[in-house]
Amino acid sequence: MNDLTLPRRQLIARAGSLVAAAGALPLLSGCDAINEAPAVRKILSMGEKMHRASQRALTDRDALAREFARTDLSPVFRSNGTRLPEGDAYAAHAARGFADWRVAVRGLVARPLMLSMADIRAMPQRTQITRHDCVEGWSAIGEWTGVQLSRVLAAAELKGSARYIVFRCADRIGAAEYYESCDLIDALHPQTILAWALNRQLLPIANGAPLRLRIERQLGYKHAKYLRAIEAVASLEKVGAGKGGYWEDRVDYEWYAGI
Amino acid sequence: MGAADILDVSPQAAGPVRVYRHRLPVRLWHWLNAATLLVLLMSGLMIFNAHPRLYWGQYGANHDHAWLEIGSTRATGYLRIGSWKVDTTGMLGHWTDRDGATQRWAFPGWATIPTRYSLADGRRWHLSFAWLFAVALTLYMIWTAIGGHLAKDLRVRRGEWGLGALWRDLKDHARLRFPAGEAALRYNILQKLSYIGVIFLLLPLMIFTGLAMSPGFNATAPWLIDLFGGRQSARSIHFITATLLLLFFLIHVAMVLLAGPANALRSIVTGWLRLPPAREEGRE
Repeated sequence: MNDLTLPRRQLIARAGSLVAAAGALPLLSGCDAINEAPAVRKILSMGEKMHRASQRALTDRDALAREFARTDLSPVFRSNGTRLPEGDAYAAHAARGFADWRVAVRGLVARPLMLSMADIRAMPQRTQITRHDCVEGWSAIGEWTGVQLSRVLAAAELKGSARYIVFRCADRIGAAEYYESCDLIDALHPQTILAWALNRQLLPIANGAPLRLRIERQLGYKHAKYLRAIEAVASLEKVGAGKGGYWEDRVDYEWYAGI
Repeated sequence: MGAADILDVSPQAAGPVRVYRHRLPVRLWHWLNAATLLVLLMSGLMIFNAHPRLYWGQYGANHDHAWLEIGSTRATGYLRIGSWKVDTTGMLGHWTDRDGATQRWAFPGWATIPTRYSLADGRRWHLSFAWLFAVALTLYMIWTAIGGHLAKDLRVRRGEWGLGALWRDLKDHARLRFPAGEAALRYNILQKLSYIGVIFLLLPLMIFTGLAMSPGFNATAPWLIDLFGGRQSARSIHFITATLLLLFFLIHVAMVLLAGPANALRSIVTGWLRLPPAREEGRE
């Protein structure tokens, strides 16, 4: 017999023991130590910067997210995150149909605004059927109606020093209030709207009543719900813990959630 | 310099014939790829754990029909594909972590990066190593095309096609009868087809289905998502292709171990392969 085929059984046995040895190595805790190391976190965060830079370079600033037909709607549009903000104040607003709800537009604007839901509905509206992509992996298609954020910012006369828009929310997760932020490219994008209707109904509480952000080229956690203030700022450093959003501050989600 | 061109025809004929088998770019890419694919697979399993259900079409969430699901009951874990369901307690959906606690995440801690549930960290690893993987693959593809690797080593030649030749090679593999002598200098037809399939089909498919899941890139290239029939279809294809790559990896490693791991490892580290003596030399 050939000396290559002779020790076949031996080789299989050796292969088996190799695999077993590799599996038994105490790799697990070592891997987690690598995951926590500051230098590693820094290298890993470069991926986000590269995705953001390349997507910005390749994509027209007004390039639209896909819009769908009514026949494409998800039968059920699921909710996520906060489904009912805690506290008597929100419950009282909900009981009055959000008639007294006000959304402040403030920060680096020449004309700060306090908008009622009636004010918002009186502005020109945009309706779009888009796909909502959750960071977890699921998608749902819904029809949204609301005012373009660019119109609101124009009415408030955004100052030239503004670089980011911060969205303050009425819901708390744990002790902290939810917030999000985006740059001016996404803030002024034609599909970035403050939506008060989902599938031609008033926005349900689970989906962010009375008003939520739609920022269609990014993942779901950027779409801040229960909006109570819109703030123009020059830097995100002094907002929250400085990373630009509730989840960004806490678990290190990407601030640029285009991927 | 061609892979099979340089035979070390040293005068001391007693020693085995050594062949310069793998050029440096092949060896570098092989090991870089092994590392990046491992990180991508394990961090990908972590991301899957955040929503262990797969769908076909544009949308798909908890209220919609999933064609694949890893789930759990109170005491068991299961994998369901279509209407076929298998108990996976201890492995998938219901397992015990290293502190002895019961976990209900789809894939167990030893298979994910990081080992404890963190979608955010899984994404950080996945989306940064995706860059390394994509850039290295692109450079490697360019090199195979212009460096001669494709034409010289991977190109399927006349006579290699045909059911007869394929069947013969399949039989040789099944009988673990590995090429010796001159034949070991070349990739056999099954090797060629699987390497071409992996490098030019499966690996690019991972990148494109991955990009098709990006809401930002959907606005950049809406046609890409159409190509796969929707974002959730792209996610399913991403998962299926990863499974095929894992299958390739297992067969690849099994073949190496069975054909002689020391020789194969030496050749993919140093480039030099010790040529197995030809069977015709009367040693059979």
